[in-house]
Amino acid sequence: MAASGFVLPGLEDPAARPFWAGTSRGELLIQTCADCGTMRMPPRPMCFACRSIHVSWTKASGRGRVWSFVVSHPPLLPAYAEFAPYNVIVVELEENPTLRLVGNLVESADGPINAVDPATIQIGEPVRVVFAQIEDVALPRWVRADGAG
Amino acid sequence: MPQTIKDRTAIVGIAQTRFGKGLEDSELSLACQAIAAALDDAGIAPQEVDGLVAFSMEDGREVEVARNLGLGGVTFFGQVGYGGGAGCGTVGHAALAVASGQCEVAVAWRARKRADKGSRPWAQTASRIDTPWQWSRPWGLLRPVDEIAMLTRRYMHQYGATRDHLANVAIAFRKHANRNPLATMHEKPLTREQYMSARWVSEPLCLFDNCLETDGALAVVIVSAERARDLRQPPVYIHSYAQGIPPQHQTMTAYFGEDPLEGPSHTCAKRLWANSDIRPGDIKVAQIYDAFSPLIPLSLEGYGFCKRGEGAAYTENGALEWPHGRLPTNTAGGGMSEAYVHGFNLIVEGVRQMRGTSTSQVDGATSCLVTSGEGVPTSALVLRS
Repeated sequence: MAASGFVLPGLEDPAARPFWAGTSRGELLIQTCADCGTMRMPPRPMCFACRSIHVSWTKASGRGRVWSFVVSHPPLLPAYAEFAPYNVIVVELEENPTLRLVGNLVESADGPINAVDPATIQIGEPVRVVFAQIEDVALPRWVRADGAG
Repeated sequence: MPQTIKDRTAIVGIAQTRFGKGLEDSELSLACQAIAAALDDAGIAPQEVDGLVAFSMEDGREVEVARNLGLGGVTFFGQVGYGGGAGCGTVGHAALAVASGQCEVAVAWRARKRADKGSRPWAQTASRIDTPWQWSRPWGLLRPVDEIAMLTRRYMHQYGATRDHLANVAIAFRKHANRNPLATMHEKPLTREQYMSARWVSEPLCLFDNCLETDGALAVVIVSAERARDLRQPPVYIHSYAQGIPPQHQTMTAYFGEDPLEGPSHTCAKRLWANSDIRPGDIKVAQIYDAFSPLIPLSLEGYGFCKRGEGAAYTENGALEWPHGRLPTNTAGGGMSEAYVHGFNLIVEGVRQMRGTSTSQVDGATSCLVTSGEGVPTSALVLRS
């Protein structure tokens, strides 16, 4: 598999592995306490509400809103500099607005991370998850909720 | 009520190497030079040093420092983590150790060679990561500036802060550097027009919202208040000290908790003021960690100089500027205009203010708040003369 130059998850963190397995199937999974039902993000070994280490995974609707965003300019790692300036967003999930994920706002699942005009990005705008395949990882990214994706 | 360390220890020696880019000396060498000079400043022989507190990111480990300086037996040593959050923590740990009898003469320091582009930690990110950075870096949120820019955009949105507020911070600190002959930016004024037309690094942050990249080292010497009375320099008492990790914190990328804008400074401040007789309203000069300009309004809120959301407006009307501002801040130029040595220069400047030797000396200041990094597990000190 050709190296993309992107920084990617190692897929060896036991707490995170089911999340990344989910994205590979096109599912956005939220780690959920099997005992008390508290959802948490990012994944980690223990439930902060009840100290349980038993987990289940809830399939998210894949809908959320932009919580914040940046537009990154060089100097950057070469694989990213190629796309600069590009946006990075934080999305709050529909299931619970304190569940947030970092992502990019894109025009389509496999589109570049600099396709959306940064001047048009709005905090609070609705977005929908898509998955971009990079090497052996499916990275969740986001399109505008009314977009074709 | 447990006994606190209030005023039981003092900083009695300070020193810094020259600041620059591409210094030949290693970090270990710079560390040893700064520590030797700080001991000279205090009038204490290296053989008397029996406590060492380092940054966990420090190249020169305690054992190397002890061997090079020819220290006698060291009975207390330790490290504080989280980069820019550690500075006041190293001094605090040293003070705790001295106050509890684990050592008698403690040294805390920071040496760094950051000016070389290849030395920047973010540039060395592995291509595969299983740490918490796996939740941010894959999408191109690569550098500290990107991580803080994300909080900044949200802060601006939530509270109506503007780039003019961030410029207030950058310009105030530059003015102080222009008065400090040892500051990197001593000879370079900064206008609002220059700020507004500077290149972006990570929108909404531009070049002048970022700290410098500096090679250099600084050190401080801590002894008991009793010992301090007989030394060469006027003692600067460590009145209060605290650290802070807020609930559900994630270093630099704390977007995942209930309220990401209620950062580490809020947690740290609760303990800091609980153990202090000095209140925020008594403080006439502050040294606030400034790797990025937005950390100033966030810290002003956290340490109780204003309410949540009012930190940006606090910077208006020259509030941070010497001599007439209501809280002259980073009076040697700070990380943005003096030197970026993980905030340790802020501690040394806090001591100079209490000695009355700052190049922007605040009249009548008898106490000084010094803080370490906001956005990471942090620490802070209240110093008094």
